Formats: sequence, C-alpha cells, structure tokens
Amino acid sequence: MSGILNSSIGRKFAMALSALFLMIFLLQHFIINFSSIISADAFNNLSHFMGTNWLIQYIMQPVLIFGVVFHFVMGFILEIRNKGARQIKYAKNNGAANSSWMSRNMIYSGLFILIFLVIHFIDFWIPEINTKYIQGDMSGLLPSGEYRYYEELVHKFQPLWRVALYCLGFVFLALHLLHGFMSAFQSVGANNKYTRALKGFGKAYAIVIPLGFIIIALVHHFNH
Amino acid sequence: MNLTLKIWRQKNANDKGKMVDYPISGIEPDMSFLEMLDVLNEELINKGEEPVAFDHDCREGICGMCSLYINGEAHGPDRGVTTCQLHMRMFNDGDTIYIEPFRAAAFPVVKDLVVDRSAFDRIQHAGGFVSVNTSGNTIDANSIPVNKHDADDAFDAATCIGCGACVASCKNSSAMLFVGAKVSQFALLPQGQVEATDRVMNMVKQMDEEGFGNCTNTGACEVECPKGISLENIARMNREYLKASFKG
Repeated sequence: MSGILNSSIGRKFAMALSALFLMIFLLQHFIINFSSIISADAFNNLSHFMGTNWLIQYIMQPVLIFGVVFHFVMGFILEIRNKGARQIKYAKNNGAANSSWMSRNMIYSGLFILIFLVIHFIDFWIPEINTKYIQGDMSGLLPSGEYRYYEELVHKFQPLWRVALYCLGFVFLALHLLHGFMSAFQSVGANNKYTRALKGFGKAYAIVIPLGFIIIALVHHFNH
Repeated sequence: MNLTLKIWRQKNANDKGKMVDYPISGIEPDMSFLEMLDVLNEELINKGEEPVAFDHDCREGICGMCSLYINGEAHGPDRGVTTCQLHMRMFNDGDTIYIEPFRAAAFPVVKDLVVDRSAFDRIQHAGGFVSVNTSGNTIDANSIPVNKHDADDAFDAATCIGCGACVASCKNSSAMLFVGAKVSQFALLPQGQVEATDRVMNMVKQMDEEGFGNCTNTGACEVECPKGISLENIARMNREYLKASFKG
C-alpha cells in the first residue's frame, strides 16, 4: 500500500477517484442550480442550506477544494511525465485513426476548465467567503429581508461576456467528460459486461449536465 | 506502383537522424510492405549505398519482430496485421509514405528503423512466468479444471506477440496493454494465482522503471494492436495491482 502514488497505476487510480468525486459533486451542483429555473424559493433554500450547513462548509468544502487541486496537479504531473516518455516526435502521426480528439486533448480541455474555475472562484467563491467569514454575515439575507442567493445568481448572468464564457467553459467540460467519465471507470479496473451500458450513460452524462448548465445561464440571461 | 518513401535514417544510437526521401517504382500491389523495402534495399545496395535497417523475422505475423510507424500508424493503415502482413494494395500509385521507427524513450533507436525493445524482455523477466516444478513429478496441466470463459480470455491475452505497437501508438508511450496482457494471461488461470501478487507488483515496477508513460485510456493501443488485445486486460491489471497493493 505504501508509495502507491509513486506507481503509474496508483497515480491513474488516484486521478480516477478524484474524477469520480468531482463528477458526483457536479451532479449535485447541477441539481441545485437547475432548481433556480423551477423555483426561486427552492434555489434560495437549497443554497442557504449548502452555504451554512457545517458539514458542507467545514468538511465537504475543504474535501472539494482538495479534490479539485489534486485533480489538476496530478493531471499536470501525468502530462509532463507522459511527454517525457517520447522525446522525439513522429514526423507524421495519425492520431485520429485510433482515438478520439477528446481523449488526446484532456490537458487542453482541462486547462480551459481551470481558467473557467479561476473566474468562477473570483465571481462566486471569494465573495461568499468574504460575506460569510470575513464580514460575518451568515444570514443569507438581503436588506429587504429576502434571501440573496437567487438575486445574486440572476445578477451574475446579466453581462453577455460572462454568459458566453460560462457556456464555453461548459462546452470544454462536456469534451472533457466525454472521455473522462468512462476513463475513470477503466482506471479503477471496471471494464466488464456493463461497460457498454456505462459508456452510453457516460455520454449522456457528459452532454446532459453541461448542456443543462448552459440552459440555466441562458434562461436567466434572457428572462431578466 | 510509383511511390515516394520518406524514411528515418539514423547511422547509430548516437546519431541525430533525419527523414530521407526515396522515390521507388515497379512496386506490385500484392507485395508485402517488407518486400517493398527489400526492393528498395536491393536498389540501394546496387548503387553502393547503405541499405535501410529494419527488424523482421518470421514474416508470418506471429513473431512480433517487425515494427515500423507507417503513415502515422503502427504497422500501417490496415487493421489486425503486423507490418509483414501489410500489403501494398493498401496504398495508391503516387502516394508518399512516411516510414519511421517506433518512438518511445524506452525503445531507443539502434539504427534507422530498428529499435531496442528489450525493455519488454525485462518486464517479462520481472514476473511474466509461472514457476513449475520440473523435477520429475510435474502435474499434468489438464488435471486442473479451468472455466472455459477464463481459458478463452487467458488465451486471447496470451496472443500478444510483444511487438510494441501499443507503445508506439500511445500518445504517452505507455506499455500498459502489453503488461496488461501478460499479467492477465496468468491472472485468469489457477496456475497463475500462487505468484499473482508478486507478479503484478514486479512487472508494473519494471514497466515504470523502463520509462514508459502513464495510460490515459485513449484506446489507441487496442485499435492498432495486430492481435486485437482488448483494453479489458489493462482494467484487469489495474484490479490485480490495486488488490496486490492493498494486500501489502
């Protein structure tokens, strides 16, 4: 067990576990955001719960941040090591003949997602931390006495540049997931009679979730 | 057929090497790719030039000796064949064909298109075997019942000829399809269970030490493998490795 991260398979396994964790997080994030186009109250209540519950804030949030950072750092480490495994490139390489564009360019889709996440942190996470933990306002209320979450969400989606960047970020996320979903299962050793069904589910997940996030952004942009 | 060949020429392991153009004519569509190279080499020898060095042995697609990265694919554009079984009918008159050695830090070029694949031998030495008592009381292999499905899967894994197309095709130069096949062929059989933990740990350790990259599951190896070795073998190796790691 010791030193598992020093082996190629151990690193693959760790990468896959962080990916599976992030995919579960993404699903719950999507469900909460999706509630905003059904009911402002539902979104407010769910957001207030997530934003103030101690288990989410003090346990799951650090785990999530660790998971995100780990996934990116390990991704870069693997990319650098893999580049070093072929020092002289082919004069002609027909990658499209045997593998998907998504599978060959995970580092680039990942990099764009990282840029998106930095902006998302500046947009959402840092103001949240400031309001709750620096100014000490855990009420989640506007001066009017209503919850602030829905108002803030709608406000964020008004500038066209942010909506466009948001949509582009999710296009790259879809490309990343189109390979990443099934790849995570393969890395943990799950390749069996259920693989075909899992591949189909993975494709659906990779398209439906990012598309859903895009729809949420567009609905709020055009409805207000 | 008239063709233009762009071939990697490298005098020795220390030479920098470069692509060199060779026009060639009179090639029959029914010639194998290696026969086409034989024609070229005969012309080069007649002109007093150094022939192109390339690996080959059985020319029947079973020894795993031939290699070559042809027009951007290991063993060329055909599927399920080694270079010796690739025929010129896969190309068209007037084509330009790129011929390069299998590229990987763990497969250094020896000369021209010949690469040193002894890294695979060292991985095999690390655990790709079963220890059998041959002192006269050897048990008949057929006395141990094996599930038909497992026997078939083990046989499929054992068809790997160790040519290295998986490494050459992988964007990460990963050897996991090869090692996965070699681990699987024993992991699936009762005879392989005794040394199962040591086998996978030692073979993966050797694979990492040789400088092969990490698998990112692109699946290129499976497509280019002349023997159709499945990615399921990599998943099985991952399971075997994780099982062995957690066992300690």
